Amino acid sequence: MKIYRLHPPLKEEDILKLRAGDKVLLSGTIYTARDTAHKRLIETINRGEELPFPIEGAVIYYVGPTPAPPGRPIGSAGPTTSYRMDKYAPTLYKLGLKASIGKGKRSEEVKKALQEYKGVFLGAIGGIGALLSLRIKKARIIAYEDLGPEAIRELVVEDFPTFVAYDVYGGDIYVKPKL
Amino acid sequence: MRVIKSEDIYTKMKQVVLETGYILPRDVEEALKKAYEKETSERAKEVLAQILENSKLARETKLPLCQDTGTAIFFVIMGDKVRVEGEHISDVLTRAMVDAYREGYFRKSICDPFTRQNTGDNSPPIIHYNFVKGDVLKILFMAKGSGSENMSISKMLPPSAGWEGIKEFVVNRVVEVCPNPCPPIIVGVGIGGTFDFTTILAKRALFRPLDQRHPDKDIARKEDELLEAINSLGIGPMGLGGKTTALGVKINVMKCHIASLPVAVNIQCHSARYREVAF
Repeated sequence: MKIYRLHPPLKEEDILKLRAGDKVLLSGTIYTARDTAHKRLIETINRGEELPFPIEGAVIYYVGPTPAPPGRPIGSAGPTTSYRMDKYAPTLYKLGLKASIGKGKRSEEVKKALQEYKGVFLGAIGGIGALLSLRIKKARIIAYEDLGPEAIRELVVEDFPTFVAYDVYGGDIYVKPKL
Repeated sequence: MRVIKSEDIYTKMKQVVLETGYILPRDVEEALKKAYEKETSERAKEVLAQILENSKLARETKLPLCQDTGTAIFFVIMGDKVRVEGEHISDVLTRAMVDAYREGYFRKSICDPFTRQNTGDNSPPIIHYNFVKGDVLKILFMAKGSGSENMSISKMLPPSAGWEGIKEFVVNRVVEVCPNPCPPIIVGVGIGGTFDFTTILAKRALFRPLDQRHPDKDIARKEDELLEAINSLGIGPMGLGGKTTALGVKINVMKCHIASLPVAVNIQCHSARYREVAF
């Protein structure tokens, strides 16, 4: 297990060195999107319009934060269960998305897309939204403000702690239950 | 007749809902600490250490423990010798919750099932009423995240399935859904009743503190058996391997029809946010 410090936008060479189980500390700009935002992103692509953020090398964080209390850029902000975005993720990886951050298992289609388009799925620990919030230094809504917690936000993070859940080589960190 | 002012319920419950968002219950915190001591794998220890650190940070900063501040669920246990004076109790609880979610900067997560339009204030809460004898008024509150709620299930088993069938059903569910519901989980199991009631039994079971054993020795033993079976799966904290897949199993039993064996599994994530208040 290795520890990497990565700065988005990510390059293919950043991704190729990662193996399931490695730790990745992210610093820089990432984008939030979850259920309904994903639906809209795909509709935007289907209409041939421009996405609200540059997808090439991007990192998407599956999160719906709590409102920012006074004096903080954002509220509690841990990962949401990620299989719900499986339907949309391959299209985004195909367009240049390099990493998504979430929790839980992904579909075979997503695993294949990671291998084909050279992307990773990064895990963050679920249910530690206060701790993760303190690693987010800036936040601003850049699209779909009407969606409230589901709006797309541009976040500036510092040493945001993740681990490689699925790598480009088919590696998977989740333990198979002993039956 | 004991009279309780609705405003007193409002004030107390608003405070309780607020605290539930950023202070982990004592029994859950203790179970997590014990799990940390017991784990030998580096990864499992690290995940549990971060969960405990998050608990400390949430208490200090009043940032919610989890961004999914959940569906607001109340159980009201009310005696026939108690009267609430003033506002209707459903309205008081709704108002207390809505105000707490706004003032605590909690996430409003409730929406229309078809249009997905957010109601904007986390209403309506789910309120269950139990009418009992006496002058008791007890209100239970839970902020239930959907990451774990989505992984819950119920089934009408054939009576021939017996305890072995129930066990298989519960353990299989954990295998199927982990690590999605943020293990270490707490497993609420409802056995008996009817199609609808077994799920309420399972939910209600989650309100029994982790360090409180079931008063019926046979059921307590069954809880131990299930917990051991689940923890021997090796799924561990967040599915990264380890001895602690579940912090506890809580069973709630009711008699059922001769043709039925209803079973429900209500899964609770490690951020088990609940309170019990007696008035």
